[in-house]
Amino acid sequence: MTDVTARPPEVGAEPLLTLRGIEKHFGAVQALAGVDLDVPSGQVTALVGDNGAGKSVLVKTIAGIHEPDGGEMHWEGRRVRVRNPRDAAELGIEVVYQDLALCDNLDIVQNMFLGRETVQNGLLDEDTMEREASRTLADLRVRTVRSVRMPVSALSGGQRQSVAVAKAVMWNSKLVILDEPTAALGVAQTQQVLELVRRLADRGLAVIMISHNLNDVFAVADRLAVLRLGVMVGAGPAREFDSRRAVELMTTGRSSDGPARSAGDDEVTA
Amino acid sequence: MPESDAPALERRRDWRELALGYGIYLVLALFVLVMALLSPNFLRPGNLLNIAVQASTVAVIAVGATMVILLAEIDLSVGSVAALSGAVTAGVLKFAVGGAAGGVVGLLVAIAAGLAVGTVLGAINGVLTVRGGIPSFIVTLGMLSIARGLTLLYTGGRPIFALGPDFSVLAYGRLATVPVPIVILVTLYVLAALFLHTTQLGRYIYAAGTNRRAVALAGINVDRLKLGVFALAGALAGLGGVLLTSRLDSAQPTAAAGWELDVIAAVVLGGTSLYGGRGSVVKTLVGAIILQLISNGLNLLNVQAYWQQITKGGVILLALLLERSLRRARGGESL
Repeated sequence: MTDVTARPPEVGAEPLLTLRGIEKHFGAVQALAGVDLDVPSGQVTALVGDNGAGKSVLVKTIAGIHEPDGGEMHWEGRRVRVRNPRDAAELGIEVVYQDLALCDNLDIVQNMFLGRETVQNGLLDEDTMEREASRTLADLRVRTVRSVRMPVSALSGGQRQSVAVAKAVMWNSKLVILDEPTAALGVAQTQQVLELVRRLADRGLAVIMISHNLNDVFAVADRLAVLRLGVMVGAGPAREFDSRRAVELMTTGRSSDGPARSAGDDEVTA
Repeated sequence: MPESDAPALERRRDWRELALGYGIYLVLALFVLVMALLSPNFLRPGNLLNIAVQASTVAVIAVGATMVILLAEIDLSVGSVAALSGAVTAGVLKFAVGGAAGGVVGLLVAIAAGLAVGTVLGAINGVLTVRGGIPSFIVTLGMLSIARGLTLLYTGGRPIFALGPDFSVLAYGRLATVPVPIVILVTLYVLAALFLHTTQLGRYIYAAGTNRRAVALAGINVDRLKLGVFALAGALAGLGGVLLTSRLDSAQPTAAAGWELDVIAAVVLGGTSLYGGRGSVVKTLVGAIILQLISNGLNLLNVQAYWQQITKGGVILLALLLERSLRRARGGESL
């Protein structure tokens, strides 16, 4: 198994989030088998893999929706356990789910503050929330929405994605996880969202982006982590990968170009 | 050419938006106009107050029903629950606290007992829906039958009457010059509107009605929220039953039978979507008043009671159809 005492393979500062030997079973099915992952701040880490590779399970484990059956999670160097989404939010972990988890009937402000409304004397403080929401959107240079009081049902796919991202970064979050942020978007909107993802990392946040689309991944990612059948078969700086190698790892777990720097995994051969 | 289409489309959307938002007030105005033409006495303050008092029992129950429907659930048991609550209040008043001799304390105990019964039955609806995973449609259909059966058992199938003058204050008393039921009604609607629009729980009711998962992911216990709303709906059904009992000065075993239709009709006429997440409690009140106007109008016209039922059902279906087609044409609403 993985040596948990080994230093992360990063040189320099400690990664924000370190996973070591994460295991997750659903009955007889092993969804995650000893997964290691380092997520540094200020970088976009792309999590790639074929359907059923365990990307979503891994993300849900980090987000506190699934508790892992084994392994360790370190946050800013401290060992932590994340049992539910609240725990994750307290650490500063926010997830933008593929379905965005927005309420169509609520407006942008109401969605961005859902569950964390500003309250004064027990009543909703709409003015403060509206100001904060506008400020966050402006910070992220999301300028396409006409009014923050528009219902989400009236927004385009790219605008919805932007609102969901803004909702995630508003809480001094340190890690934002995006699940297939561009899957439902057209070319122009994909570009907008990728630029937004880039800006998050440039502001110093750690970003994990799940994606099927290798073009998107190479356009924006600093690091790649390749999952296959619950095993981390390759991880490292994006420059060490190209499309062919990433696809090889995703599909066969091997790469003809030599081992990816990986998590002590026997399957990766030279 | 294509450019000229855009503003037209915009305009068309606008009137649909207006119709969805304010159409109900137009309908109310229309009904008032028709009634005023039909009967010279209609617009007299006394008559208007009377209509409001008559509408108040259904309107009180419809506050809870609005919240249940905002959550994309339904409560069909309100009529039976109201009957049982009314019967229990009457029974306690008459046989346990010594009727008029019990004084104000006895009266309050009796009313509290009735409200408690409503709350408990509502909570059972909630538990079965949330924890049992049974659709609320079926749960509350079962409760409709159970609560009615309990009412018949409790009363032995006979009305409990002669409840004393103190109790009739609820229905016939006045605060300054305003009838007590109107005071209760207005207070309730103001509180409900404040609750729904200015508190976190109110917001979660709207949110959970369209995207339960999003609310749960935000760390909110949606099950508990639903349970609470069902219990509240039960309590308000109980209050409606108590008010009705006071007005009739008796608890009838068959009281409030079929009221679930009136209550849901008031909510739906008020534009609250049966699919959850959209609607306004204030408009529910307008809906309840319109329903009462229909009843009164048909009475004025000497229309047979059987026809009244048919008309009421037809109005509800028509309102739903209209709302549905407006929404669909406006676009962006079809799921």
